[in-house]
Amino acid sequence: MRTAFITKLAELARKDDSIFLIVGDLGFSVVEPFANEFPARFLNAGIAEQNMTGIAAGLAKEGFNVFTYSIGNFPTLRAMEQIRYDVCYHNLNVNIVSVGAGFAYGSLGASHHATEDIGMMRTLPNMRVFSPGDPLEAQLVTEYVANHPGPSYLRIGKAGESLVHKPNQDISIQKIIPVIIKTNSDTAVIATGSILNYAYEYLKENQEKPYDLYSCPTIKPIDKDSLVKLAEKYSQLITLEEHQKSAGFGSMILESFHDLMEKYPDFVLPKIKRIAIPDAFINVSGSQTFLRQQMGLIF
Amino acid sequence: MMNETDLKLFARNVRKETLEIVYKAKASHIGGAFSMVDLLTILYNGILNINPHDPHWKDRDRFLLSKGHACSSLYTTLALTGYFPVKDLQSYGTDGSIYLSHASHKVPGVELSTGSLGHALPVGCGLALAAKRKQENWRVFILVSDGELDEGSNWEAILFAPQHRLDNLVLIVDYNKIQSMGNVKDVIDLHPLREKFLAFNWNVIESDGHDFNQLQKAFSGLPIGGLKPTVIIAHTIKGKGVQFMENKLLWHYKSPSEKEYKEALNLLENLE
Repeated sequence: MRTAFITKLAELARKDDSIFLIVGDLGFSVVEPFANEFPARFLNAGIAEQNMTGIAAGLAKEGFNVFTYSIGNFPTLRAMEQIRYDVCYHNLNVNIVSVGAGFAYGSLGASHHATEDIGMMRTLPNMRVFSPGDPLEAQLVTEYVANHPGPSYLRIGKAGESLVHKPNQDISIQKIIPVIIKTNSDTAVIATGSILNYAYEYLKENQEKPYDLYSCPTIKPIDKDSLVKLAEKYSQLITLEEHQKSAGFGSMILESFHDLMEKYPDFVLPKIKRIAIPDAFINVSGSQTFLRQQMGLIF
Repeated sequence: MMNETDLKLFARNVRKETLEIVYKAKASHIGGAFSMVDLLTILYNGILNINPHDPHWKDRDRFLLSKGHACSSLYTTLALTGYFPVKDLQSYGTDGSIYLSHASHKVPGVELSTGSLGHALPVGCGLALAAKRKQENWRVFILVSDGELDEGSNWEAILFAPQHRLDNLVLIVDYNKIQSMGNVKDVIDLHPLREKFLAFNWNVIESDGHDFNQLQKAFSGLPIGGLKPTVIIAHTIKGKGVQFMENKLLWHYKSPSEKEYKEALNLLENLE
């Protein structure tokens, strides 16, 4: 997914000379194509994420469309106040990209598990939150944020994620996107992030499960129309995310449905099950798949 | 450039207006607001290349106040420089006013909202880098308090600026030696500050922060050169200008009573 991101960013930078990439001394063997082609719009800020984010705000104030890039919690939690105050309060064009969503850096331990970032980022006014599920979504999200001013957060996987959508498929990343639609399903799974691929493979192999599958790459702002349609069609929804249950994607869905109930008194809330990390850290080594299983992120 | 007499007159007016708005709003931080008045006075009267009638003029020098809690004297300086009418400051700190009691970018002439410490220098590095990458000649001035040099984000930026040869960046330390809970030397000692910056590969100028002749020399001819950023360590006095406020930690917090307000005003009017 990170290669999909950098390829798309370089493509966009060829047309838009305001695009600027800052890395926090991470991205070896990933960001070089951009750095080599656009040295005047590339910066390695060193291992200093607070400064990196402040610099991004400064560059954005002067008209650059800035992307900060690092892994795990480093570009987000480590610089939380700079994001809140310098970037979001001033409503600047800073797009924060974190590689290694969820347990992608599984065996590296809790320091590298990005499992609270959605919650942190989505509470910030002006901030938009994106969690693409496959390389195509990652590219479309990159293009979207590059063309829409204001702060945004891109939570992307690592390397080698399979395509879930067809290459060049025409999808609208602002909506909740249908992936598998069976006949007579009364349950829909809505997945966000690269765990989409797990759900996709599982539901393909287990055809007897009457579950449809959707991908939700845009967590904030959530598409309310998509939610209304889902509520009309299904009696049960299952949210699936590689993030703490608290304040995460499923929480966002619940809150959004609640808002819809306030707005439309006749609105019937489907039954909602949230599959998410149960307020826990994990302190053993393991692959992403193993850690997901340990945390119950499975059907 | 103004002569020394006019600079002193300007600074006295800044202090008087600042005293009035802080008193009326029952606000805090007058000590730190007063320690930097002479620095603001020199900057806004001949050093900064600015146009008060066009606050967003693209070739202007950028000034960022990092110690946002001391914004009362920045606002009055901006008003007296012509960014907005002085009378607008009557709403300082009141319901619905844009004149927040921490620096707000909604105020004409204020480049960056600040209040949480250690933010403006990294942002200033971004501005200075933007000027370099765009090959533009404006400069960036950032005024920090001494106490906020405790913040690690500042030291990330202090490492960064010489690495990227940001000679268009000037850091000013309002070194009044008192921070929120006590003397700087008793909380987190900065001494030897000059040597610290030299070791980080900065140009260093030390100056009395209230002597206009010294300040004139310190601030003229920037950038110095050598492809390095410059720090001006300005030795100042917290509460400068009102004797009973000078060097007193209390005036980091206290709002003047009516008696103190009148006494302070009297002292300022009789200032040399």
